[in-house]
Amino acid sequence: MSLELKEVSKQVGGETHIYPTNLVFDSASFNILLGTTGAGKTTLMQIMAGLDKASTGSIFFNGEDVTNIAVQKRNVSMVYQQFINYPNFTVYENIASPLRVANIGEGEIKKRVGDIADLLKLSPMLGRRPSELSGGQQQRIAMARALVKDASLVLLDEPLANLDFKLREELRDELPRLLAERNCVVVYATTEPMEALLFSGHTAAMHEGRVTQFGPSSQVYREPNDLVSARVFSEPPINTTSVLKAGNEIRLSPGISWNVAGELARLKDGPYTFGIRAHHVTIQETGNTPIQVDGTVQITEISGSESVVHFRMNDNNWISQSPGIHPYDVGSTAHFYVDISHGLYFDEHEKTISV
Amino acid sequence: MKRSSWLIPTIYILFLLLPIYWLVSMSFKSTNEILGSFTLWPQDFTLANYEKIFTDPTWYMGYVNSLIYVSINTVLSVAVALPAAYAFSRYRFMGDKHLFFWLLTNRMAPAAVFALPFFQLYSAVGLFDTHLAVALAHTLFNVPLAVWILEGFMSGVPKQLDETAYVDGYSFPRFFVRIFLPTIAAGIGVACFFCFMFSWVELLLGKTLTAVAAKPIAATMTRTASSSGYELGLLAAAGSLTIIPGAFVIYFVRNYIARGFALGRV
Repeated sequence: MSLELKEVSKQVGGETHIYPTNLVFDSASFNILLGTTGAGKTTLMQIMAGLDKASTGSIFFNGEDVTNIAVQKRNVSMVYQQFINYPNFTVYENIASPLRVANIGEGEIKKRVGDIADLLKLSPMLGRRPSELSGGQQQRIAMARALVKDASLVLLDEPLANLDFKLREELRDELPRLLAERNCVVVYATTEPMEALLFSGHTAAMHEGRVTQFGPSSQVYREPNDLVSARVFSEPPINTTSVLKAGNEIRLSPGISWNVAGELARLKDGPYTFGIRAHHVTIQETGNTPIQVDGTVQITEISGSESVVHFRMNDNNWISQSPGIHPYDVGSTAHFYVDISHGLYFDEHEKTISV
Repeated sequence: MKRSSWLIPTIYILFLLLPIYWLVSMSFKSTNEILGSFTLWPQDFTLANYEKIFTDPTWYMGYVNSLIYVSINTVLSVAVALPAAYAFSRYRFMGDKHLFFWLLTNRMAPAAVFALPFFQLYSAVGLFDTHLAVALAHTLFNVPLAVWILEGFMSGVPKQLDETAYVDGYSFPRFFVRIFLPTIAAGIGVACFFCFMFSWVELLLGKTLTAVAAKPIAATMTRTASSSGYELGLLAAAGSLTIIPGAFVIYFVRNYIARGFALGRV
C-alpha cells in the first residue's frame, strides 16, 4: 500500500499554505514530516487523510485516485497532539468505536479491543472514562483507537509533544514495535530533529509550506540539499558563516583558513556559505582536522553531561556542543575547535555543494 | 473581625429571602388577615388559597398553558439553535461575524415592539390564542440567546474531535448525535434553562397573543380583582407556585449556570 501526492497544493484566501508538493510514501514505511510549527505538516496530513481538500493536485493510494473520496471511506486513522477521545464513551467504547461504525461483530470487537488494550497497557481501565485518566493514558487510548482497525494510512500528528519526558521516551520506544508487522503507510509529524533520527525511516524536511527534501532520514541529515533543509534538521541550530574560496584554500577570516581538495577545489573562486552542526564545534580538540576559532562566550547551558556554549565569532552567533562540564564566564574569550571534515558548503543560492 | 465574618452574609441572605418569605407566608393567610393586621407568620394558617388554585380550572389551566408553550418554545429554540451554533463555531463563511452579532441585536428591542405585528399576523393566519403562537413569538428572543450560548460551548470542543470521528468512519449526522451532543450536554442544559426562564417570566407577548384557550398563569394573576375585592392570599399562592418550576430547572444546571451567563465562554 503506497501513498502518492502529485502536485498537491493548498491556498486559503489568497495565502499559500502548501506549495505544489510531490511525495511518494512506500508501502509499510515509516515517514516523518519534520519542520517547525507552521511549516504545513498538519495541513499536509489533513489533505492526506481527506479531512481537507487540496486546492490543486491529486492523491493516489495504491495507484488509485482518492482525491475526491471522503475521509470515512479512505481507511485512515489519526492521532493528534492534543489527547482527543470521545468524552462520553468509556475507554473500551472509545477503542471499539471505529469497529462499531464498520459493523464488526461483537465477539470480534471484544477480541481486538482486548488485544490492543493489552499491548498499550490499558486493560485495567477499560471501564473508565478518558477524563479520569492521566495524559499519557489518554494518548494511549487515542493510539489504541487508531491501531485497532487495520488502517492503510496511519497519521500521527506530533503525538508525543504534549507528554512529559518519561512517557515520551517510553512511547517513542513502543511506537515502532506497535507499527511493525503492519502493512500500512505511517506518517509521523514532529518538530524535533532527534525524533526523526530515532525512528528509522524516511524524512521529509518541511519549511514554510514546502517539502525541501525527502529521503532516508540519515541521508537527509548528513547530506541536506540546501541550507533550509540543513536548518530544519539541526538542533541546536546549525552554525553558518561566510567564507572566501581562493584556489584550494577556504578562508574564514584572516588567519583562519584550510585547504580543500577534489570537487570543492575545482569550484570557481568567490564567497560561499560554510555550515557546521554544533556538535562538530567542540571545546576539546577532536576529529581529524580541527581548526581553531576564538569566540566571545554569551551563554553556557550545562546539562548533566554536556555543555552548550553560545559564542560570537566574526559577527556570527555560533553554538558549540561538547561532552563534559565546562563553565565559562559570560564575555570571556574561549577557543573552539571546528571539525571541518563535517562541514557543509553552500553556494549563493544556498544549495549544497556536493563534496 | 474573624468572629463576625458570618454577620454580613447572613444579613445579605436574610435581605434577599425576605420578599420570598413574605410571599410564601402571605399565601398561607386569608385575605382578611393580610389586610387587617401586620403579622410575621400566619396566625390563622390556611391551605384554602392553594386548594382554590388546584381545583379551579381557570387557575390551574394557567399553569398548564404556560408549561405547554414554554416547553414547545424551549424544544423549538434549542433544536433550531443547535445546527446554527455548530455552523458558527466550525465554519468560516462570508459575513459570519456580522450575522452572529446581528442575531443578538434581536434581543435588544423590547418585546412590546413586536406585540402588535405578532398580534396582527397570528390573527390573520389563525394562530391567535394557541400555545404555538406564544411559543413561536418567544423563539424570536430565545433562538439568538441559545445560539450564543451553544456556540460558546461548542467552540470549547476541539475541532479535532470532529475529525477523529470522521476518520473513525462516522458520518456527520451519526457523529453529531452520538458524540457531539453528549459532549456538549451541559451547554444544551444551560441553553434550555435560559429559554425556559425567559419564556416562563415573559408576560407581554403571552398576554397579547392569547385570550382564553392558551392564557398563561401570569395573565391569570393580573385578573384577580373579583367582586369581593383583591384576593391577595390567592395571588400570593399563585406567585409562590410560579417560583417552583424555575427552582426545579435551575437545580439541574446549577454547576454550569455561570458559564451560561458568560454565554458559554470560559
